[in-house]
Amino acid sequence: MNPVRLTGRAALSLTRGIGAVALFAGRGLFRLRPFYGRAFAGQLVQIGWLSLPVVGLTALFTGAALALQIHSGGARFQASDVVPAIVAIGMARELGPVLGGLMVAARVASSIAAEIGTMKVTEQIDALVTLSTDPMRWLVTPRLWAAVVTVPVLVGVGDIIGILGGWMVGTQSLGFNSAAYLENTKAYLETWDVMSGLLKGAVFGLIVAVCGCWFGIHSGRGAAGVGRATKSAVVAAAVGILAANFVLTGLFFE
Amino acid sequence: MIQIAGLRKSFGGKPVLAGVDLGVERGESLCVIGQSGTGKSVLLKCILGLTAPDAGRILWRGRPLDAASRPDFMSGFGMLFQGAALFDSLTVWQNVAFRLRQRMPDPQARAIAVEKLARVGLGPDTADLMPAELSGGMAKRAGLARAIADDPQVIFFDEPTTGLDPIRARRINGLIRGIVTETGATAITITHDMDSVRAIGDRVALLQDGQIAWDGPVSRMDHAQPLAGFLGNTPLL
Repeated sequence: MNPVRLTGRAALSLTRGIGAVALFAGRGLFRLRPFYGRAFAGQLVQIGWLSLPVVGLTALFTGAALALQIHSGGARFQASDVVPAIVAIGMARELGPVLGGLMVAARVASSIAAEIGTMKVTEQIDALVTLSTDPMRWLVTPRLWAAVVTVPVLVGVGDIIGILGGWMVGTQSLGFNSAAYLENTKAYLETWDVMSGLLKGAVFGLIVAVCGCWFGIHSGRGAAGVGRATKSAVVAAAVGILAANFVLTGLFFE
Repeated sequence: MIQIAGLRKSFGGKPVLAGVDLGVERGESLCVIGQSGTGKSVLLKCILGLTAPDAGRILWRGRPLDAASRPDFMSGFGMLFQGAALFDSLTVWQNVAFRLRQRMPDPQARAIAVEKLARVGLGPDTADLMPAELSGGMAKRAGLARAIADDPQVIFFDEPTTGLDPIRARRINGLIRGIVTETGATAITITHDMDSVRAIGDRVALLQDGQIAWDGPVSRMDHAQPLAGFLGNTPLL
């Protein structure tokens, strides 16, 4: 086949796919009436509270490793004392939201896709329709909003834990004075560093929930179909987070 | 009560429903039978609005079933799915009272759910179980309780005895017959189980090659030549 035609067909297919997902996300976000508060509260716990341990542990070890890396790297040009500032800025702007988002993608996108996919193959989604309930409003909207609300909170908590991880390593093994370390962190960290990370978290949360819901609702038949949907949701969410992070970093800091 | 005229549906160019004409009167129990893959479930999904037909009309109380009349239709029917389709994340009583909870407080909805569970032979101790803790027969009965929870005028049954042993199947058939007689609801059952047809149905329609090949009262089906294969009167191969 003509390579130009092939490229054009692929581009059109990609554009159609992105458009369909965007419309799906729009419908999911703004079909608010009736709003199923109980389903939303349940998702706040599922997506937010239950992700806290994995996000917290990730942030703790990342902050600690970052402190070690900056200390050893900075020693090459006599800049080891920048550890507190770089750990804080790195966690707040980049590592907190991206690694937190990726961990939530692994945990939540897979779980949403598997749950909704299973509901589809066992006719539970058809059952919702026969009970006069719109699956978008009952399944998708609460998950989307819960992710948009909770992932920034997880990122904020992750930032604090990551900075604490750096502080622990800094004071316990790198010889930093505790008060000076914290003072340095406060002095260099700006409000926008933190806010930009929280905004990224909201976008990443939306990406995670949209991918989980989209692939779950479009899951194929049987266990193999649900398995494919789950895998696709995690891969799409992870790639989406990394791509969105690049775009957002450009928008926020260039 | 429900009239279907010239209903057509194809998948990938292959016609599954090729002009189905069928009607069911108020209070009647109609069984639609047919071999696997003849489009029985597609017919049901078209009526329920889960699949859009390519052509044809569905009338509900003489009015076309469209976007305007569908909410009225949807609020007046119950459905028992083949695999019960209970929501995994909700308890049994929350499943049964799913629709009720949208318009009444939980204690009131729960009381009705427990009453409906009792009607299908499930005790109050099952109300707080999760669907995963139920056996196949119990899940089917819980699904039946959900189908009748809102006192529907029309009840659809999709393969109600599939996956059940003969004893449980007879029990479900008996329950369905009892409920349909008691409530005076119109019933449409999709099945290939002739014991179900005899137990539940007033009328039977055979779906074959995408069309209704035979339609008549259950009392006459033993003498209907097109049904011979289903009744075991003639060899299938």
